[in-house]
Formats: sequence, structure tokens, C-alpha cells
Amino acid sequence: MSAIVNEAPKRIHPHKFTLWVAMGSIIMMFAGLTSAYIVKKNQSSWLEFDLPVVFMYSTLVIIASSLSVHLAVKAFKAREMARYRTLITVTALLGVLFMGLQILGFMDLEARNIALTGAKSNSAASFLLVITGLHMLHVLGGVIALLVMFIKAYVSSVKNYSSLSIELVGTYWHFVDILWIYLFIFYNWIG
Amino acid sequence: MSNEAVLHAPAGAGLHDAHGDHHHEHHHETFISKYVFSMDHKMIAKQFLITGMVWAVLGGLMSVLFRLQLGYPESTFPFLEDILGKWAEGGKITPEAYYALVTTHGTVLVFFVLTAGLSGTFANFLIPLQIGARDMASPFMNMLSYWFFFAASIVMLSSMFVEFGPFSGGWTAYPPLSALAAASPGSGTGMDLWLIAMALFVVSSLLGGLNYIATVLNMRTKGMSMTRMPLTIWALFFTAVLGVLSFPVLFSGFILLIFDRNFGTSFYLSDIFINGVGALPNEGGSAILYQHLFWFLGHPEVYIILLPAMGMVSEILSVNSRKPIFGYIAMVGSLFAIAILAFLVWAHHMFVTGLNPFLGSVFVLLTLLIAVPSAIKVFNWLTTLWRGNIRFTPGMLFSIGFVSLFISGGLTGIWLGNSALDIHLHDTYFVIAHFHIVMGVASMFGMFAGIYHWFPKMYGRYMNNTLAYLHFWITLGGAYMIFWPMHYQGLAGMPRRYYDYSVWESFKQFAELNRFISTVAMIVFAAQLLFLFNFFYSVFKGRKVTSQNPYNANTLEWTTPINPGHGNWVGEIPEVHRWAYDYGKDGKEFYLSNHTSRSRRKQSLIFKTEFISVIIFQCSRITGALFLSKIRNDKIHRNQKTNSITSSSSQTKGLHVIDKVHLELYRGFFLCHLLFAGAKSGRIRLGHDYTAFCSRHANHR
Repeated sequence: MSAIVNEAPKRIHPHKFTLWVAMGSIIMMFAGLTSAYIVKKNQSSWLEFDLPVVFMYSTLVIIASSLSVHLAVKAFKAREMARYRTLITVTALLGVLFMGLQILGFMDLEARNIALTGAKSNSAASFLLVITGLHMLHVLGGVIALLVMFIKAYVSSVKNYSSLSIELVGTYWHFVDILWIYLFIFYNWIG
Repeated sequence: MSNEAVLHAPAGAGLHDAHGDHHHEHHHETFISKYVFSMDHKMIAKQFLITGMVWAVLGGLMSVLFRLQLGYPESTFPFLEDILGKWAEGGKITPEAYYALVTTHGTVLVFFVLTAGLSGTFANFLIPLQIGARDMASPFMNMLSYWFFFAASIVMLSSMFVEFGPFSGGWTAYPPLSALAAASPGSGTGMDLWLIAMALFVVSSLLGGLNYIATVLNMRTKGMSMTRMPLTIWALFFTAVLGVLSFPVLFSGFILLIFDRNFGTSFYLSDIFINGVGALPNEGGSAILYQHLFWFLGHPEVYIILLPAMGMVSEILSVNSRKPIFGYIAMVGSLFAIAILAFLVWAHHMFVTGLNPFLGSVFVLLTLLIAVPSAIKVFNWLTTLWRGNIRFTPGMLFSIGFVSLFISGGLTGIWLGNSALDIHLHDTYFVIAHFHIVMGVASMFGMFAGIYHWFPKMYGRYMNNTLAYLHFWITLGGAYMIFWPMHYQGLAGMPRRYYDYSVWESFKQFAELNRFISTVAMIVFAAQLLFLFNFFYSVFKGRKVTSQNPYNANTLEWTTPINPGHGNWVGEIPEVHRWAYDYGKDGKEFYLSNHTSRSRRKQSLIFKTEFISVIIFQCSRITGALFLSKIRNDKIHRNQKTNSITSSSSQTKGLHVIDKVHLELYRGFFLCHLLFAGAKSGRIRLGHDYTAFCSRHANHR
């Protein structure tokens, strides 16, 4: 093995590479949905409505969480484990807060009599629910990954020096962050 | 993490850097860890293969059942009632059951057999073995991929036993049949289970695809550069890329469908009438939207099925012709071109949905463009066979059969890709004949070729050749006898998916033909049982393989022990110094000898062949262009004679400007091509450097 490592020291780790391909795959799913959104928008009976204001706050929250996960990766690499644990906790909490705010946004729409589902719903609102909801599920996946990391950092008696998993989670977290920013821009200005 | 570490890292691997001081420790393997929850890519491949075979038998049996109805619409078969119960009351399949059978046959064959069974089996088996890796990038994900597929299989199977039967609205699951539970008997629970099974299936193929891509790009052994990779690996790689990029789009289409079904949204549903009573409350939905999302996967799916077969056929043809594959780079390039075009042609399935005719013509152009890389591949397969020292092993026969089927099925694709002709041919038996030959049977042949060829590596035993030859000839003849007549039926306008054609005056004439097709279908199905017997008998009782490399092939899987364990190679992974197709010219045995001097001579011979073929090719192009310009000029002259106003512009004298540019371009191409081909073959000296480069290149291929 060592021979191989010496041969190609800069080769990207297969798991990191897999994550990048997986992100491409997720992008395709959202590309499919957003293009369906555009197609639908140009057809009859499309309901125009204002986005919930809460989405603005949730955008800020997820950007903040991206920052904290970045700092967590740095802290891990510097072996400041206490700081690292705090930061991944903060990130996970911000993730939960983000999801809460998204749900508040849905409730806001329902309160304004814009049905998301059901017979009276318009596909404009339903699209918002489906796309945002799917994105939320991806954030949830990130939160679960962080929880696993958190438990590992506390429970495991083996010291872990490989920064691979936190780097993977970090990359993924930045990805869902950028994905949300794209969706936010899409809802507001493109779609 | 390196190749070695993949094997020894615990599940959820990669959390600890494994530093390689535990090279050859022996793992304690129980029955469960070896045969059931195995992380060995070879075992997972076998699991995919066996599950795929079970599905192939079920799917094939379904087709025999509905062919029975089509061939003998007036007869009753009491034994059917024993098998199908109330689905065949009085020995006649009910219309509902007929549609359910057609739908499940399509879904199962396309996804479970020819996607999971084909690329699941051979990507898992061949990628690590042929690129020189101990296992996949993530063996754990690989195992998950199989078990998701297994779960999908169980759900799909269980949908056949629910009260109103499986989904019956066609394998494409178009709404409203798929979106409204009341639309047909199978649209209720059957459709729910169909969706769950397909969602699990999508997860399975994504997990698999991610792994294949990461493995091919990251885990190759020393010396295995991308341009030395066997074409099998290239094909499986492009297949995985197609899957990873297109399945998520299908998934998003399914999510919207689930919302329409269960939460009353209006993505696909609008205020249509159901059974003539009461309009739906939905507003503004578009069923066409689903078709777009579906076919954005659906068309790449065709190539997901076909590319692995192409790759394996290239490999088997080269090994058994004892010749280098002709035009390796062109083969890779055409795979790439097909993969790109696969994403740009989906709307040719939707020419008659009211698509804008201009948009339609764009899709016609892109669709017809696929003929170019396909023709390159066929040309290269044929030239690989040309003057080869051919060994007609069963795998080789099935590969040649593949080429034959691919040509005859591909040609009808040119008809169907034309949006004007498609108005007549859409949804007729012509379509059925086309896609069954080019994608269904051809890929099946690729799969058979792969199984026969790599069986010795999989199980350390040989399959019986006599049974295999019998299997091949019955299947090849049978496939043509089943699907060839369908072209005529389709041209006569006979629509697909009908339950009983005998009640139509215009299709009564085909009763005899339908009976013939059904009879042959039964015989061909029986021949597959021959294959199954041969397979399972040989797994346990077949003649044992005694030499490490029975085919004298050049790829790495034949450097492993006869029965490789988990980790594939004992000791170090071999280094690669040559490309995968370093065989002698004209089938002269050239295996594993000192390659420096002979290889150069052989390469120069290849280049000479290339040189001559370039001349022929380019000459034919120039002749074609001249001919076209002549036609155009004649036309211009004719027009000018009829038109009273003859503005004598420069266009009328000599050639048309476009043709001039055309010709100049061709002439330029021709000269460049000639120069390079000549330089490569040593006929023209471009100075010392280039010639030296060529010979160096030849040595290192």
C-alpha cells in the first residue's frame, strides 16, 4: 500500500470523489425539478405570489452554518477538539433552525390561503413545497451526519486523526448551502 | 485510502487511515458474510446475476403468456387458470391481466434484468478485475446497492400478489393512468408498490453508479492509464455516468407523481373527466411534463442497457479474433459521443404529443446523429473480425450475434427517428420490433456473451459448449423470426398494446403471423431453460478450469488465481505495460512474447491499414460532395430556366459557393489525414521527431 501512496500522493480520496459525483447527481435532480418549474410557469393557470419573508432569514442561517462548519474543519485539523465539538454542535443546531424556518415559511403560505397541497392547490405553490422540501431532506441528512460525528467525538475511545469524515461532511454542507442559495435566487429572479 | 486499505477498513470505511501492516491476514468468513452480506465485488456481481436471471425468467414467462393471448385470441387454455387464478378465468387471460403482464414485462426487463442484471453484474465483476483493484472504492456501498435492488425486487414481486394486481398502465407509467388510483385496476395498490420498487431501484443504481465511477477513476493499478483501459471498462464507466446523471431526473418526476397521487396536487393532472363522469378538481396540470421528465431518463436508459453490451462485445471480439481492436480511440470516442447524444434526444419519444415541429426537427437531427458513432462502432467491430484468426467460442458467437442484431435494429431506428415517418409508425409493432432487436435482444446477447466468456473466471469451471451452441442458434434464429415479421405488422399500422387484433378488419390478416410469432416465442423461451440448466449445472459440475488464462487474453482478470479470493491477487497487483488489445496482426499468435520489436512492426501494419482505409473513406466523401453539388447545380440551372428573371450571379458559374467551401474543407481534411496516417505508417517522413514519437507510441501502447 505504501508504495502506491508514494506513487500518487495527490490522488483524490475515492470517498471524496464519490461525494463529488453524488453532488452532481443531486444537482441533476434539482435541475430536473427547476426546469419542470420553468416549463410549468409558462403554461396557463400559474399563480404568482410573494415568497415568505422567512426564507430570507433561513438563507442567512444556512450561510452562517456554512461558516461554522468551515471553522469546525479548521479546528479539527488544528486538533482543538473542544472547539471542534462546539462548532459542529452549532452547525447542527443552525441546520435544525434552518429547517424550522422553512416550515414556518410553508405555514406562512398556508396562512395566506395559498394551498400547497390538496384540491385547491396551484402547482406554483406545490412546486415550492416539493423543491424546498427535498432540499430540507438533504439538510436533514447533513444534520444526521453531524450527529454521528458528534457522538463519535464523545463516545469513541479511539483517537481519530483522520480528517476525512469531517471534510466530507463539510463539503456536503457547503453544497447544500450553495444549493439553497441557488434555489433562493431561482425563486426570486429566474423562475 | 489505497487499494489495499479498502479491503481491510471496517464498514463505513475510511474513518481510520489503514496503514498497510496487515497485508495477508485471513478473515474469518461465515456463510452469511461470504454468500449473503458479502462485500466482495465478485460475490455481489454473482448476486446481481442470479437475481437478474430470476427476473429474466419471470419477465420472459410473462411475454409467453401474453403472446399466447395474441397468437390464439379465440382459444382457451384451462391450465392458465391453475397458474393465474382469476386473472385467467375459463382459461383466457383477462384484458386487465394482459395489460398488467405487458407493463410488468417491460418494467422488469428494462430495469431489473438489463440494467441491474447487466451492468450490476459486469460492472461489479469486471471493473476491479480489469483495472487491477482489490475491490470497489466503497465495498460497503456496493453491498448496499445490491440489497436496495433486492428490496426493490421483493416489492415489485409482491405487487403481483395484491388484490387488483400489479400496475397495468405501461412501463412508462404515464399519468393519468399512474396518477389516479381509480384509473385502472392496477393504478391503486399496484402502482404504489411499483413506485416504491422503482424508488428503491433508483437508489440502488445510484449507489452502484457512484461506486463504479469512483473506482474507475481512482483505483487503477500502476501503469493502467485511461488509454490502456479495456473497452469494457470504458463502456461501463460511461454507463455509470449516464445513470448517475439521468436517474435523479426520473426520481424527481416520480416525486411529483407521488404528490399528485397522494396529496392532491396538480403537476400532471388537470380537470379531465374520468370514466365519463365528473371532472377532477385539479387545474392546469400537464401530463406532457411527466413525459419530458420520464424520457429524460428513458432515453439515456436505452444506452445504459446497450453500452455495457457494446463494451463486452468489443473485448470478446478482439480476444477471439486474436487481433487488436480496430480503432480503439474511435471506439472510446464513439462511446463518449453516444453518451452525450443520449441526453439530447429524449423528445423523439414524444413527436406525436403536439411538440413544436421546429423543436421536433432539432430532435430529428440529434437523433439521426447517433447513427454516426453507431456506424463507427459497427465498422470497427467488422474490421476487428476482418482476417482474424477467429475462435468460435459461445461468447464469440453471441458477440457476433450482437453485431448482427445491432445493425438490423439500428437501421430501423433511422426510420423512427424521423418525425414525419413517426406519425405513422408511432406506437405500432414497428417500434416494438425496433427496440426489441436493437436494445432488448442485442443487450441480452451481450449479457449471454459476457456470461459465457467470463464464466470460467466467475466459477472456475467451464459451461458446456454443445448446449451453448444450441442455445445460440435457437435464440438468434428465433429472435429474428419473432421480431422481423413485426416490422410488416407495424408498417401496416398495427398498434401496440392491444388485447385482441382479431376484431379489427384491417389486422385480421395477421392472425396467422401472430400465431407464428407466438409459437416461436415459446420455443425461444424453452431454449433459455437450456441455458439456465447449463449455467447451474456447470456452476457445480462443470469441467474445471486448469489454466490461469484459458483464452490467452491480455486483460488483468486472467492474471488472478483460477479461483480468486477477496482481494483478487495473491501478493502484489500486477503492473501494466501495454494496452489491453496487444494481439498479433491478422490473428497470428502474439501472446506474451517480447513485444518491443514485433510490436513496432505490428503497429506499423495497423497504421498502414488505417492509411488505406483513410484514403478510401475520404475519397468516398469527396465523391459524395461532388455528386451533391452536381445535383444542386442542376437544380439551380433548372430553376433559372423556369424563372424568367435570370440574375446571373457568380453562383451560376461553376460550383455553388457552399459546395466550394465544402470541397476545400474536405480536401484539407484529406491532406491532413493522409499526412498523419502516412507518417504513422512510416510511408511519409515528417522529420525525425514525429516518426520517433510514433514508434515510441507503438511500444508503449
